[in-house]
Amino acid sequence: MSADLIANVVIAGVLTGLVYGLMALGLSVIFGVVRVVNFAHGEMMTVAMYAATVLFAGLGLGLDPFLAIIPVGAAFFVFGYALQWVVINPFVTRPEHAQFMLLVAVAIILVNALLAIFGPDARGVQTDYQLDSLAMGGILIDKTRLYAAGVALATALGLLVFFKKTRVGTAIRACADNHLGALIVGLHVRRLYALTFGIGAVCVAVAGCAMVALVDVTPSAGPAFTLLAFVIVIVGGLGSMAGALLGGVLIGVSEALAGLLVAPSAKSMFSFGLLIVVLLLRPRGLLGRKT
Amino acid sequence: MDRRQFTIATGAGALAAVSRFGIGRAQTRKLRVGLLLPRSGYLGLIGQSCQKGADLAPGVIKELLGVDIELLNADFESNVDTARTRAERLIGEGANVLVGPFDSGAASAIAQVAEQRQMPFIINIAAAPQITEQGYKFVFRNFQTAGDIVRNGLDLIGDLFAATGAAPRTAVYMHVNDTFGQGMTKAIQAMLPARTKLPFKIVDDIAYDPAAKDLSVEVAKAKATGADFLLLVCRLNDAIILRREMVKQRWNPMGIISPGSPGMYEEQYFKTLGKLASHAISNVPWYNPKAKLTKLVEKAFLKRYPKDQLVFNGLNVGFTFEAILVAADAFKRARSTDPEGLAEAIRLTNITEKMTLGGPIKFNAKGQVEGIGSASLQNLDGMPRVVLPSSAAEAKPVFPAPYYKT
Repeated sequence: MSADLIANVVIAGVLTGLVYGLMALGLSVIFGVVRVVNFAHGEMMTVAMYAATVLFAGLGLGLDPFLAIIPVGAAFFVFGYALQWVVINPFVTRPEHAQFMLLVAVAIILVNALLAIFGPDARGVQTDYQLDSLAMGGILIDKTRLYAAGVALATALGLLVFFKKTRVGTAIRACADNHLGALIVGLHVRRLYALTFGIGAVCVAVAGCAMVALVDVTPSAGPAFTLLAFVIVIVGGLGSMAGALLGGVLIGVSEALAGLLVAPSAKSMFSFGLLIVVLLLRPRGLLGRKT
Repeated sequence: MDRRQFTIATGAGALAAVSRFGIGRAQTRKLRVGLLLPRSGYLGLIGQSCQKGADLAPGVIKELLGVDIELLNADFESNVDTARTRAERLIGEGANVLVGPFDSGAASAIAQVAEQRQMPFIINIAAAPQITEQGYKFVFRNFQTAGDIVRNGLDLIGDLFAATGAAPRTAVYMHVNDTFGQGMTKAIQAMLPARTKLPFKIVDDIAYDPAAKDLSVEVAKAKATGADFLLLVCRLNDAIILRREMVKQRWNPMGIISPGSPGMYEEQYFKTLGKLASHAISNVPWYNPKAKLTKLVEKAFLKRYPKDQLVFNGLNVGFTFEAILVAADAFKRARSTDPEGLAEAIRLTNITEKMTLGGPIKFNAKGQVEGIGSASLQNLDGMPRVVLPSSAAEAKPVFPAPYYKT
């Protein structure tokens, strides 16, 4: 087995893993603050992917999916904010199973709405650079995957700056650290929760726009994305942004290497194997905080 | 007992007797066909293509046989468990015969239900050999088994090399890891060594998930073998992903040849890939464009789908239509929807005027039709064209493909 082949596969795994991490980022942000697990995560991402396809081909705008991040992200912020304010907030203090049922219901509604509007066919975007790759000696890097990974890193960096350096970000972290304390010092916790859900939804929108540049989308694609996002955040540490990216890269690379060294059809077996190992040895995830 | 009570009692008795002996059912004039197809999920596009063949069947068959058909449609969402529950539901809703499902895994599940409920089940497309090796009495298949597909497919590869003068020495074999893919793989492993006319050996065997969204590792591994050509058993979505990945990774082998799988001759393959779809070769059971029945079906097809072309739906429409034709023909002879009678009539089927290539539709003791023919299709000028056998060829085969780089 040549070094070029291994390098190609590892690089592809890292880049794919960063996109996976971006996908899981929204889930981690929302859980880290609101303490609600978004079981409609994958379905929301599927909606974002469809929105990107509409902006690219459906309306005749030809908007590149990476540029579509701006309008889709803005729309998703409003959607996420409203969803939390109107629908989810009453469930924040209710038992987990009630939250689970609520968000599963949201997921089912989204899937069926997509089926009703777009039908079951796969849709995608075909950009001019979709099939391009950069060559460096024997190493080939998929351009689209590289752009998507760049978007993932930029988004994670932006979130980090927002949460660490801005007053609103600090207030959101205060809510996450001590809900009662935040109420006592006069923070508008309900609004901050809605804001957090909106930010989480923006992450989902960004991930959806990046993902649709790589893979086609169908209405039924959501549950697989949700499951993958869960595996990633559990490996990385639920509530940790850096953990989500690390988890994504670990899953991406382990799948790629498993495909190369063992059997391609056993790829997902290895990501779930990694999940079990992490749960056994470090249940809070690699970068998760002790509760 | 007065006259009114006597009339009611007699009427009730007569109704009970008719019901008891199934006379009412036997006199049914309409055949209710429970159609199971994967109209959504990863097989959705092919399921919808099959549906087109089913939708035009009632009209054409009414014209041919004078039989009324009612379709009860069920989408099993490319999910085997859903196929099983949908089959149960269709039987509960009054289907007289089940038809479908394009997928071997689903066909195996539906066959179990059909056998338990003693309901005739006619498979339109599904190749796993074991389906008709279980001793089932109510399961019938008018499609090649994986063994037949591979035998015909490999022979056509030999004919292709002879016709083009090409002699590739190595192939990398990539295949989906579902029931169909595994059946095909077993058949290839069993038959390839005995085919001494084929000059190549398989240097690597790469199985992958047909629902995969990323095949970069698989393609990198295949490219690294340095094989002369790609021998591929695929579905539709994965075939598209794989071709794109080949371009991204700048892998240009002599060609892509399927020894018998769907995907590369489908309309969506051309629509999505454009010029990249060109020169792929699929050796598959196919329809006879010159057959009388094909003309009738094509006319109905174009009337119903004026923007579509039969050639992009040939296999799916042809075999789905014929499955319903088999049911209607049996119903006409049995004059009954009684499952036992219908199954017995299906066993005695002998349809010589057919749409697809090969001999007449006659089921053997296992419920399998033998002698179904294959053709070698090559994607040329934006559509699949028959290039072999030469007697049915519409164009000359091109191999190696023009994109080939040593």
